[in-house]
Amino acid sequence: MENNTILEAQEVRFRYDGDQPAETAAYAVDGVSMKVRRGEFVAVLGANGCGKSTLAKHFNAILLPETGTVLVEGMDTRTDEKLYDIRQKVGMVFQNPDNQIVATVVEEDVAFALENLGVPTDEMRTRVDEAMKLAGIYDQRTKAPHKLSGGQKQRVAIAGVIAMRPDCLILDEATAMLDPRGRAQVMKTIRSLRDAGISIVSITHYMEEAAQADRVLVMSRGRIVMEGAPTQVFSQTRRVRSYHLDVPQAAELRDELCAAGLPMPEGVITPEECARAIYDLLA
Amino acid sequence: MLRDITIGQHFPGNSIIHRCDPRLKIVATIAYIVVLFLASNPLGMVLSLVLLGLLYRAAKIPLKLILKSLKPIFPIVIFTAVLNLFFITGEGDPLVHLGFVRIYAEGVRYAVLMAVRIVALIAGTSLLTYTTSPIVLTDAIEALLKPFARLHLPVHELAMMMTIALRFIPLLIEETEKIMNAQKARGAMLDNGKFMERIKALVPVLIPLFISAFRRADELAMAMECRCYHGGEGRTRLKVLRFGRDDVKCAVVLAAGLAVILSTRWIMPGL
Repeated sequence: MENNTILEAQEVRFRYDGDQPAETAAYAVDGVSMKVRRGEFVAVLGANGCGKSTLAKHFNAILLPETGTVLVEGMDTRTDEKLYDIRQKVGMVFQNPDNQIVATVVEEDVAFALENLGVPTDEMRTRVDEAMKLAGIYDQRTKAPHKLSGGQKQRVAIAGVIAMRPDCLILDEATAMLDPRGRAQVMKTIRSLRDAGISIVSITHYMEEAAQADRVLVMSRGRIVMEGAPTQVFSQTRRVRSYHLDVPQAAELRDELCAAGLPMPEGVITPEECARAIYDLLA
Repeated sequence: MLRDITIGQHFPGNSIIHRCDPRLKIVATIAYIVVLFLASNPLGMVLSLVLLGLLYRAAKIPLKLILKSLKPIFPIVIFTAVLNLFFITGEGDPLVHLGFVRIYAEGVRYAVLMAVRIVALIAGTSLLTYTTSPIVLTDAIEALLKPFARLHLPVHELAMMMTIALRFIPLLIEETEKIMNAQKARGAMLDNGKFMERIKALVPVLIPLFISAFRRADELAMAMECRCYHGGEGRTRLKVLRFGRDDVKCAVVLAAGLAVILSTRWIMPGL
């Protein structure tokens, strides 16, 4: 069982104003415990400033907890010698693709992490090609990043991370700056990564994306306040709204129909399920 | 208007000069500059121009481009030529004697030589930048400077800075345009007014630009850390520069050409 856990946070607390006395300080992450299993797709939701990005930065030792522990495959993120092992295991993709791409040619950017890790050139070539194919940007490999669309750029950033062959990918609002088409491209890539056995932790504002996850965590004021399968979480529409979050449109429609006295089943969160439920009702 | 700016002046192509190892091109360019200054005889100058012409021909670069790269330095060429013309005193009678102006044959000779030298210098270095993309150039500079890393010269850091600069220039240009449009939409007069007014009007463009550049730098640093960046130590490269057979041929031809030019200085110094 223990081998199945890839990320683990135990009572993690963190604040940005670390030199202030503890009584007056505002904790960005205030006692979070969570686990991510191998191959799982977890969505983290929360209003702006709820600490979800701060929590994400703990998982590859960009930030270290003030109290509590973060374990990546059993390695404490505080151990200095394991720093690069941890960062290789847990890849991170940020919101703005422009600010993550280092090199002036796509394939060289994808190779950046491998160059840092000192991977031999022959092996690097195969791993870079593999990562670019997985992210669906192989055809763009010799282009300059600024000539690509937003969705393509974000996939370059993803390829640059998965070239390290991480076990887990953390997406910190990776689709927030993209247009619907770019977002669809990136989501498709994420699904294929998940099929390849990589755990995904996605921090997002898009409920439709969260509805595709295995498990949803809702954060508010530095704590995890709701947790469960998307159907469980989104069925509690009123509670989700109380944390200043939307619910997927399908769940909203189901609620309205229930309120109007129609016997809609529970746990309807995707448009397909909703359509089927209505179809059954009409039939 | 800002979109027209291109970084460097790379002229993509697939000639032998384009494909040549960039390290060789840099070394050859430096050697060419040295030879230009050592070969002080007219024949040497003519031969260096001929060599350059042949190289441009091999690189298939249109004449128009060479003239374009020479245009901005034209005033300097004329200025140095005129200075040489008036201030070099030679033996014998001056060619022209008008009041305090004395022009000697020696002065004319020097003026012409100097003008040709500067033109060849600029055209020669332009050939390097025309045929080599800035990215490849950065790699080559890093490779060539590598021995100096022992003397604690931050070679890798310099190359990394150049790469990041090249990567972010188009982004920052785009951003400048956005900010300018945003300021114009709020009534900023960026395109007219007196010189000083126009400079002052740029301040509200530059401040947001700088702030966003710092923010980008911060995010980029974090993204680089996430991808295990820890300086140049133990780094490998995806693309390794290889000195191939064609490069050897190029090197031999260039060395021979430069040697011939240099030898004319001693064999036929008068010419």
